[in-house]
Amino acid sequence: MIEIKNLTKSFGDLLVWRDVSLTIQDGETTAIIGRSGCGKSVLLKHLNALMYPDEGQILIDGKSVFDLSYTELRKVRQRFGILFQGGALFDSISTFENVAFPLRYFTDQSEEEISHNVNEALTMVNLKDSGSKSTAELSGGMRKRVGLARAIILKPDYLLYDEPTSGLDPRTSGEINELIVNLANTMDITSVVITHDMHSVLSISDKVAFLDEQKLSWFGKTDDMKHSDNKNLMDFITASEYQINKQTA
Amino acid sequence: MISAIKELRIAGGIREFGRYGQLLYQALRSSTEFSTYRKNLFHEFVKVGYESIPIIFLVGIFTGAVMTLQTAYQLDTDIYPSTIIGSIVVQSLIIELAAVISALVLAGKVGARMSTELGTMRVSEQIDALEAMGFNSVSFLVVPRIAAGILMFPILYITAAVFGILGGITAGAVDGILPVAEFMEGGRAFFFESDIIFGIIKSFVFGFVITSIACYKGYYAFGGAEGVGNATTRATVLSCIFVLLADFILAALLL
Ligand SMILES: Nc1ncnc2c1ncn2[C@@H]1O[C@H](COP(=O)(O)OP(=O)(O)O)[C@@H](O)[C@H]1O
Ligand SMILES: [Mg+2]
Repeated sequence: MIEIKNLTKSFGDLLVWRDVSLTIQDGETTAIIGRSGCGKSVLLKHLNALMYPDEGQILIDGKSVFDLSYTELRKVRQRFGILFQGGALFDSISTFENVAFPLRYFTDQSEEEISHNVNEALTMVNLKDSGSKSTAELSGGMRKRVGLARAIILKPDYLLYDEPTSGLDPRTSGEINELIVNLANTMDITSVVITHDMHSVLSISDKVAFLDEQKLSWFGKTDDMKHSDNKNLMDFITASEYQINKQTA
Repeated sequence: MISAIKELRIAGGIREFGRYGQLLYQALRSSTEFSTYRKNLFHEFVKVGYESIPIIFLVGIFTGAVMTLQTAYQLDTDIYPSTIIGSIVVQSLIIELAAVISALVLAGKVGARMSTELGTMRVSEQIDALEAMGFNSVSFLVVPRIAAGILMFPILYITAAVFGILGGITAGAVDGILPVAEFMEGGRAFFFESDIIFGIIKSFVFGFVITSIACYKGYYAFGGAEGVGNATTRATVLSCIFVLLADFILAALLL
């Protein structure tokens, strides 16, 4: 369980958001939505202390992440997999080696086991035969899927996705959404997904957190979202549905 | 108004120096995690050392050659024995030129590569990805680069000095200013081992200054492609300034 308590973050004079509190239960998928620049990525990077807040706490299974020593923090971070917005693949090594990277450094698996596990992960993200490609040869959608394979290779408890479908065509987006749902079910993973895509939200998430006006404007079950009385949230939903209709028209 | 801006800049400078110090402290602490950076260290030895030899060869040869021709021109009287040209060239190369000119060239070659690499890794979230895996990104990226700088620069310095002397000898002989034997005689007369040690200390410090500033600027780059460009420009300019400053301080302290 991840408990975010009264979190406030600013960069110099720029307040990103204030007093954000929400709880992520094990096994749930939570979507974070909001306009671009409202601080979704920044919030995600607090979960495993890639960033530190001005105020507030995050408790993971009751332990405060921001109070851990660096050694303890590194252990906690290994319970998380993150898919970064652009994939964040290491461009000096091949696709296969990107996925193998955590195994080489954090396990003592043999070359055979590594090869088996990497191929299994690549198969899960439908990239069975792309291991030998250099990262420069990959399309945007493939980069995200390789990033995802790397994120799940150590079988994390939590998976964080930063805009997994943005910049992708509707069909590839659909595949990635399916993948997110499948991973959550088959690997029993707790997921947090940043997205602007209402399709994704409705198809994958149990709960929704809406960041707006420098605060957590709405948080609740996805099913309750449609009849909320939060005007900005309704506008946001209408606007993104309009976007989707325009794209598919 | 102007004094307010000055104060802001000074405060910014102090803050930046603090962050630089913090990164170095982290690097020092994580330098014990040898297994994390072993592979990168050998890679950096090759990039910093081996791949710099051609440019250091050119820098050495030309510095020595030009130095010889110009010293001969400046001393073009009958008062001094011509062997003194060899003495001046050899000693200048060993004390100053081989170390400083190489360092300025390497600030462009080695430093710029490091800040661009780390800056690109930062803005494309590769550094976050490393940290997120539970990796110590400072140990993985910064430690091997600084270590390669402080270990390889002295070797490059010696290479530059040797090629500088060879360049000087060749220029003197080809131009007919002074025969090889006289150059060597002059060079030997003012050759002190302590000068070489002084040069090695210098190049060690320059290697540290250049690679640590480049890593610092790259590691904390922000703002996309433009941000990486800015980081690299700042790193190169600051490296040159601090190399010259360190050169002055070391001369004042050690000579
Ligand atoms: N490292 C940083 N330094 C300064 N400002 C930052 C940094 N990271 C993000 N910001 C700012 O914080 C705000 C929120 O950014 P972000 O979380 O990336 O937005 P998004 O919701 O689109 O993911 C933006 O205004 C951004 O410019
Ligand atoms: Mg973002």
